[in-house]
Amino acid sequence: MHIVVCIKQVPDSAQIRVHPVTNTIMRQGVPTIINPYDLFALEEALRLCDRLGGEVTVLTMGPPMAEDSLRKALTFGAERGVLLTDRFFAGSDTLATSYALSCAIKKIGEAWGPVSVVFAGKQTIDGDTAQVGPGIATRLQLNQLTYVAKINEIDEEAGTVEVERRAEGGVQVLSTRLPVLVTMLEGCNEMRRGSLTHALRAASADITVWNAEAAGVPDVGSCGLRGSPTVVKRVFAPTPRAEKAEEIGRAGMSHEELAEAAIDELFARHPTIEADLRDFAATSQEEWR
Amino acid sequence: MVEERFDAIVVGAGPAGNAAAYTMAKEGLKVLQLERGEYPGSKNVQGAILYADALEKLIANFREDAPLERHVIEQRLWMLDDRSYTGMHYRSDDFNEEKPNRYTIIRAQFDKWFSQKVREAGATVICETTVKDLIRNTKGRVIGVQTDREEGTVMADVVVLAEGVNGLVGQRAGLREELKPDTVALAVKEMHFLPSDVIEARFNLKGDEGVVIEAMGTVTSGMTGTAFLYTNQESISVGIGCLVCDFKESGEAPYALLEKFKAHPAIRPLLEGSEVKEYAAHLIPEGGYDAIPELYGDGWVIVGDAGQFVNAAHREGSNLAMTTGRIAGETIVRLKRTRQDFTAAELSLYAKRLEESFVLKDLKKYRRLPGFLHGNKERLFGLYPQLLSKAAQTWLRVDGTDKRAKEKEIWAAFRQSRGLKGLLGDAYRLARAWR
Repeated sequence: MHIVVCIKQVPDSAQIRVHPVTNTIMRQGVPTIINPYDLFALEEALRLCDRLGGEVTVLTMGPPMAEDSLRKALTFGAERGVLLTDRFFAGSDTLATSYALSCAIKKIGEAWGPVSVVFAGKQTIDGDTAQVGPGIATRLQLNQLTYVAKINEIDEEAGTVEVERRAEGGVQVLSTRLPVLVTMLEGCNEMRRGSLTHALRAASADITVWNAEAAGVPDVGSCGLRGSPTVVKRVFAPTPRAEKAEEIGRAGMSHEELAEAAIDELFARHPTIEADLRDFAATSQEEWR
Repeated sequence: MVEERFDAIVVGAGPAGNAAAYTMAKEGLKVLQLERGEYPGSKNVQGAILYADALEKLIANFREDAPLERHVIEQRLWMLDDRSYTGMHYRSDDFNEEKPNRYTIIRAQFDKWFSQKVREAGATVICETTVKDLIRNTKGRVIGVQTDREEGTVMADVVVLAEGVNGLVGQRAGLREELKPDTVALAVKEMHFLPSDVIEARFNLKGDEGVVIEAMGTVTSGMTGTAFLYTNQESISVGIGCLVCDFKESGEAPYALLEKFKAHPAIRPLLEGSEVKEYAAHLIPEGGYDAIPELYGDGWVIVGDAGQFVNAAHREGSNLAMTTGRIAGETIVRLKRTRQDFTAAELSLYAKRLEESFVLKDLKKYRRLPGFLHGNKERLFGLYPQLLSKAAQTWLRVDGTDKRAKEKEIWAAFRQSRGLKGLLGDAYRLARAWR
């Protein structure tokens, strides 16, 4: 089975600092990582290959330095990495990005065999849109399974797949036909530690680098800034609110007394909460019965 | 086990490991470098001052693209009591030369750059991989390493241990003893953000000029240690360190000591309005010459902090690391060319070349210094800075007392607190330790 996993190189948000004077993000020296949500997709893809055989192609779009994230993906055991990089791609929003990626996925299928599953993370930690995965599915006319928590079964011969999808208030069990696009939910698995053999291979592997032409993008006008209808009007740091913390309770009170004091204070300030909670408790008890 | 075989494996990607890997890879050896951190530099902490000479001998044109902060044009040496400092400053326009001699750097960025050079030279660098142990053949010769990854064994002709101050692999393999608390200092530091124009105004600097301050005195509460403050481009590194055995004995917390230093009337105004960007701590090997472990054996050599190569009196460490790494690398290249077997006898060439270099000459010169400092810590880091400050103040204050009486008062203060014999003895011991 041939699986494509789409990843994105993002700044490590845990280490981003805001310039205290200009309020802009200081990118210099901030380490980059693979978008953490994408790692769940990659691990799930690798597990499928472990189980059913096949190989994983990792795809990313970005500046030349994004090659590092592909190399990292290879240390976990992916077969090959493909980097889309071209000045035509610069400034892409989610519409233009999903267009370029879908062209490249077609090309990957031609080069290394038909693609059964395209994986993506739930969303990125820098853009937070969760639009690129569905965008790819729409353009490639793949069946779309988003926010997947578990892949129950995948039958390549029959061309079917069954997954569990986290939905509000419960779990949906969905089945559909291959090929599919799956976006994985966080916490559904844990990324493996690649073997030393994989790490060595990754260090010296050749990363496939495609520009727009090599990726088979027919219309560069749909890429990059020109192909991006999204307009960023303004970037600003939220103004800190000058609200003072208040102390509830007194030193020497027991845990129970402190909890009581906190609840009394909460109910006093938000008069409707107590009634709402009682209603909720009553109805859920009804349902229970 | 990994099938691929290497000429050399370097354990660690700090200055010593990078120097060794770079030297060997540039000469065409097949080198594997293993680093436990997420990226080279992610676990490395230093003040940090870079001495150009040691790096120039590896990468002559490093100034073109290395991430350097400021070149040092002024050095301040301060003796502190609780309210004052007695200082010696040296500043010279000669340090504004075409190729400056000393720079402040930020290690996370610098080490990344250095590692990139190592890769470009042809070495294979693998991060997030911890070496657990050395592999030996039946004769006890080291033939490879065991890592914490699956299929994690890899073989090589020789292993360079550049694993840093703790030397855990060397310990586990029985090549060296555990660190002793009186041979290692624990240093903590903070990076304080300040706009570059504020730094330049505060320290009287232009462009990339920088100032470094080294301080000792009552701020370490009678423990053997020093404090520092270095100017970077847009930040200030401020830190303090003392011997681990002194921390243990006194029960002082390192961060409390740093707070005390930052609150000192001489330091506080220099940091005013700054924002703390990061906090780091690290061990520094300060045992000097007598703490150096075995440096080589059948199939292995030790370089950098792992070999205790730090000259504490001159605040030199990374240059010794780079130099020992380079010399180890050059020795291995030479042995490889003459198809040698990397036995202990052959690798002794490494130690011989270190003896001829400034590294072991300097450490030998200061052989007695660690013992002297530790043995006289209450006086050196408490009494004398206080006496010095009091003397300066007595001398400078104009209050109608005649000068001879002031001289007498100063001299009496010294004699009362230490006695003539003690003073002479201390002076003699210091001279002997320094010789």
